[in-house]
Amino acid sequence: MSHLAVLAAGQNLPGFGNQPFWISLIKVVAVFAFLVIMTLFSIVFERKVVGRMQNRIGPNRTGPWGVLQSLADGVKLAFKEEIIPALADKPIYFLAPILSATPAFVAFSVIPFGPEVSMFGHRTALQLTDLPVGVLVVFACSSLGVYGIVLSGWASGSTYPLLGSLRSAAQMISYEVGMGLSMVAVFLFSSSMSTSQIVAAQSHTWYIIPLFVSFAIYAISVVGETNRAPFDLPEAESELVGGFHTEYSSFKFAMFFLAEYINMVTVSALATTLFLGGWRAPWPLSLWHGANSGWWPMLWFTAKVIAIIFAFVWLRGTLPRLRYDQFMAFGWKMLIPINLVWILAVTSIHVLRDRNWPAWEATIVPLAFVLLLIVVPGLMIWEGAAARRAGQDAEDEEDAAQERPTFPTPPMDLTIPTPPRRLATASVSRPAAELPGTRSEVDTDG
Amino acid sequence: MSAVLAAGPLVNGQVPLGEAIAFWILGPISLAGAIGMVLLRNAIHSALSLVATMMCLGAFYIIEQGPFLGLVQIIVYTGAIMILFLFVLMLVGRDASDSIVETLRGQRWAAALFGIGFALMVALGVGRAFTGERPVNLDKPNVDGGNVTSVAELLFTKYLFAFELTSALLIVAAVGAMVLAHIEREGRKPTQKSLARERIRSGRPQPLPGPGVLSTGNSIGTAALLPDGTISQESVMAGLQEFPPDTGNPRALDPADYGDSEVRQ
Repeated sequence: MSHLAVLAAGQNLPGFGNQPFWISLIKVVAVFAFLVIMTLFSIVFERKVVGRMQNRIGPNRTGPWGVLQSLADGVKLAFKEEIIPALADKPIYFLAPILSATPAFVAFSVIPFGPEVSMFGHRTALQLTDLPVGVLVVFACSSLGVYGIVLSGWASGSTYPLLGSLRSAAQMISYEVGMGLSMVAVFLFSSSMSTSQIVAAQSHTWYIIPLFVSFAIYAISVVGETNRAPFDLPEAESELVGGFHTEYSSFKFAMFFLAEYINMVTVSALATTLFLGGWRAPWPLSLWHGANSGWWPMLWFTAKVIAIIFAFVWLRGTLPRLRYDQFMAFGWKMLIPINLVWILAVTSIHVLRDRNWPAWEATIVPLAFVLLLIVVPGLMIWEGAAARRAGQDAEDEEDAAQERPTFPTPPMDLTIPTPPRRLATASVSRPAAELPGTRSEVDTDG
Repeated sequence: MSAVLAAGPLVNGQVPLGEAIAFWILGPISLAGAIGMVLLRNAIHSALSLVATMMCLGAFYIIEQGPFLGLVQIIVYTGAIMILFLFVLMLVGRDASDSIVETLRGQRWAAALFGIGFALMVALGVGRAFTGERPVNLDKPNVDGGNVTSVAELLFTKYLFAFELTSALLIVAAVGAMVLAHIEREGRKPTQKSLARERIRSGRPQPLPGPGVLSTGNSIGTAALLPDGTISQESVMAGLQEFPPDTGNPRALDPADYGDSEVRQ
């Protein structure tokens, strides 16, 4: 699809579409190489960081400090025996890993790495292509990536993969809604959907500051979108063996692995682009005049992406997996309503500013309205419901306490008599009854 | 080459080379997808063919200078609606192929006749609507990232009523689906705490014993043996009880070997 994007892009955005064919080719190869290297890097990085978080060293055998571990693993995977289940639906079984990996690569075609640079005498932006609706390309690719997972589970002809793929179908659709809604505020603020223009609009303030709520919701929902812990229910290894890729081996499995890590890099890159100023240098560095020109921005961009990947790894090292119903309830009942209310506030702020209200009033008035009319009543209703539930629970508890348990339990008012002196001394240093309140006054020296 | 490939302005209906190449690649694919959707027996294969057609349509919109429309087509139709279809089809089961028995006599002929008639009607209608129309380059309305803006402007001014009506229809459909599928819960939803309490009160807080894994077999029908060598009836699945459970070790210890010869169920 990316070449089609190139075909159509020329009409609207200057700097794209009229670049020579060979420059596009160089960019395509560069993006591909970047993604593969980032995948190799982030696998080792993740294993090292999680290792440190668990007081281990992590891989340290292959190459200096173990940095070549994932390369070795990749080569090993490619040479492994390929096992295809007898019940597999062959064509779809083959198609699924491709459908999973291809969109992951394509999504990166609209991510801006840097400003215009001079490349062999041509002025060209460090970005493969851009569309007036560039962010939607990433979004479309992530929604196509679902097919790989869903079909792999179905085509394997096995129970656990099917369950994994059913889970992922429901999960990714639910969290895509939250992810899409969290981008809306960015579109409103930058009045554009093209990635390069969104970066350009953040030359003053990064959108993480005015749009922190959107950023938080985006960050949470992409964890669900990329199937990473604590939202890794489609491949929950303690419940579903390996989830959707249980029946895959050899290179096909490697494709899923690759797709998962590229998706992680892609959503990190998109978070950088939408909320963290894209390739712009962070504060102390931005004081240096040349920080935002030439090839330097690629470095800032990569550093930001790696910082977000670190957060992903940190989450994985810290949080346990959610239960499935809690996870879905969290997405639909928390993230999406909060998002909708937040968009309402942001839109009002935007409209008031367009009508030349002073900046402070234009911000405070809509926020106050939203707080008073929606958030506070909503919270009150929620609190009331929670209190009612708690009351009913307490009643149940009392009822339950009335019933006589069938399981042999000691009476609640049991008092343990002080054991006679002879017995206590006989059992060397451990008094028979060491309970608070009934502690025997026996000297237990011996 | 790239200058030719880049979508240049349409001159008197002449199609740029890049557009023509894309059309002749994607056109057959989308047709094949549509035909495959009707002909394939397996429901999932059929749905996937439809996905291919929809993706091609999305690409067509992008080529025809409607990038927003094209991507929304891919996101909404392929990314959301067809995934939901697949979700349901996967629940139906993998061997749910179409039965080819005709339930109504002559239904197939009638359907073919009406189908061809409908196709002719649509083709004629659309064909007539486009005769004498000049293709227009959309560069002007699309200027300044205007694809989104122009679509929004039309939706919220000229077609506002139709737009609102459609959204009302969709909401009614969604609420209707919820009402039809809703099941009133009897009593309160069990909490984790109440479930745990129930379990303790049932007299058996532990799970049922698993089937036996013995030297002679590890099938699910193999009964587990109790320490005294008798069969634990609880370890046999409900449906399997009519089969003679595999006693496993023929030299199972006789209960009489023990002083305490209480044989448990």
